[in-house]
Amino acid sequence: MTQLDGEALIAAEGAGTILKIDHPISFWGGVDPKTARITDPRHPRHGACLTGHVVAIAELRGSSSSSAVLLELIHARIAPAAILLRETDAILALGALVAREMGYGDLAMVKLSRDDFALLSEGRRARVEGARVTLD
Amino acid sequence: MFLTDHERRIAEGADGAAAAMAMRLVAETGRLLGAGRLLPIASAHVDGCLYHGDSGTYFAERLVADGGRVVVPTTLNVGALDLLHPERVKGDAHHRDMSLRMMRSYETLGCRATWTCAPYQAGHRPATGTDVAWGESNAVAFCNSVLGARTNRYGDFLDIACALIGRAPDYGLHRPENRRATVVIDTSALSPALRDADVFYPVLGTWLGAEIGSEIAAITGLTPGQSEDRLKALGAAAASAGAVGLFHVVGSTPEAPTLAAATQGGPSRTIHLTGEMIRAARDRLSTAGEGAVDCIALGSPHFSEGEFAELGRLAAGRRFKVPVYVCTRRDLVERTDLSALKAAGAVIVADTCVVVTPILPPGGGVLMTNSGKFAHYGPANLGYEVVYGSLEDCVASAVEGRVRREERVWQ
Repeated sequence: MTQLDGEALIAAEGAGTILKIDHPISFWGGVDPKTARITDPRHPRHGACLTGHVVAIAELRGSSSSSAVLLELIHARIAPAAILLRETDAILALGALVAREMGYGDLAMVKLSRDDFALLSEGRRARVEGARVTLD
Repeated sequence: MFLTDHERRIAEGADGAAAAMAMRLVAETGRLLGAGRLLPIASAHVDGCLYHGDSGTYFAERLVADGGRVVVPTTLNVGALDLLHPERVKGDAHHRDMSLRMMRSYETLGCRATWTCAPYQAGHRPATGTDVAWGESNAVAFCNSVLGARTNRYGDFLDIACALIGRAPDYGLHRPENRRATVVIDTSALSPALRDADVFYPVLGTWLGAEIGSEIAAITGLTPGQSEDRLKALGAAAASAGAVGLFHVVGSTPEAPTLAAATQGGPSRTIHLTGEMIRAARDRLSTAGEGAVDCIALGSPHFSEGEFAELGRLAAGRRFKVPVYVCTRRDLVERTDLSALKAAGAVIVADTCVVVTPILPPGGGVLMTNSGKFAHYGPANLGYEVVYGSLEDCVASAVEGRVRREERVWQ
């Protein structure tokens, strides 16, 4: 068991297996808000479904409508269980903040250091509580 | 993150539930961004009025139900419907209904029904040096670069939240020291003919977005006093190819009367553009080359009076074999005689644009455009192959129904 302490962008809880996205991704135009699948055909994880996973995202490409896509996923109850980032992304966090304000539920979002982020591996089980990420 | 007592009271509901939610969203985002405080803003431009899913409509309706009202002059970016020509958009009944509910909600919040991605050509022109909160990447780039007003890229939800409380987080491009150019793009080795051609500017923007991204550039070697339409095309292409929120063009934009002013006297590196670099950027804008063309798309950002005049001149006495979609703002449609263009085969689209909502014939094909932004988003958003060319090229291709491009200017 490994414990990683990061910065809670959205302090909440969530658990699932890690889905790791190393190649930069934009939620708007890259993730289908109706299915939570990565739809950008040029993306190496094309076809992967984010629902229920602890999604580890190395780098976001910033369309400012990515917050709207994340809100839509949370509203439709097909969102990731939690999101782990290597860089703070205010646009993605905003989608989760609005979801909380609207009463759609909490989505945990944690920023990890580069070294800690590198410890995340595809398929490993992770539990997020506030700023702490526990790898089983 | 420091909130004044007054701001704290707004967050707790002193000005109503909508302002309270807006204050909490702005303050929390400010904290995540590392802002120390909030700034008063003079105006806002809201991009969040484009339908992406039902939750966005519910958010807007919640603000209305909670008594929200913008406290600064606020314009609206495009919606997902053409309210002047409802038959244009092919979406299903649910899409139409939810898009309309969303658009009406933003109007009810007190935003002006401008429905344009070029608000700066519809009279929304904050003074140089003022702080504002604008959304939509091309509008942000224009606002910062060409007007010299100060904004970050305020996306969905945050844009309206700032408008409802008249404040924005103090960070990024609001701070003068963050607006200085750190890289100089020297265009002087390119031919004078190319530097004086409209078709060059979206390509320059595409190169800038892809190669420089969020770093701030000062472009040198261009004739002083470049037109707003060229700077608009440059900024839109740059902001779609990369995260460009501000650029300076020495001799043309307000914070760059001189190169030293643009760099604020600080250090910078220089990149000398070559014909090869620019031709490579041009080629990246097209996914097709020769052969039949199925439609032309113009007006991203929305077509201006000047661009309509140029199109009218080029199209005079000619007839298009394929539809020429021209996206523009409603105030221009309402007071301009476009009958000759329509007779030639132009399809006028207002309030929205062909890349964000289903307007083009389904099934794909080849689309030609003079917009770097349309060329960038066309293949993924529309399923069309794209050919980039000048406005003259687009008109010639529309008349023949085949791709026609003038290559000489690029040599």
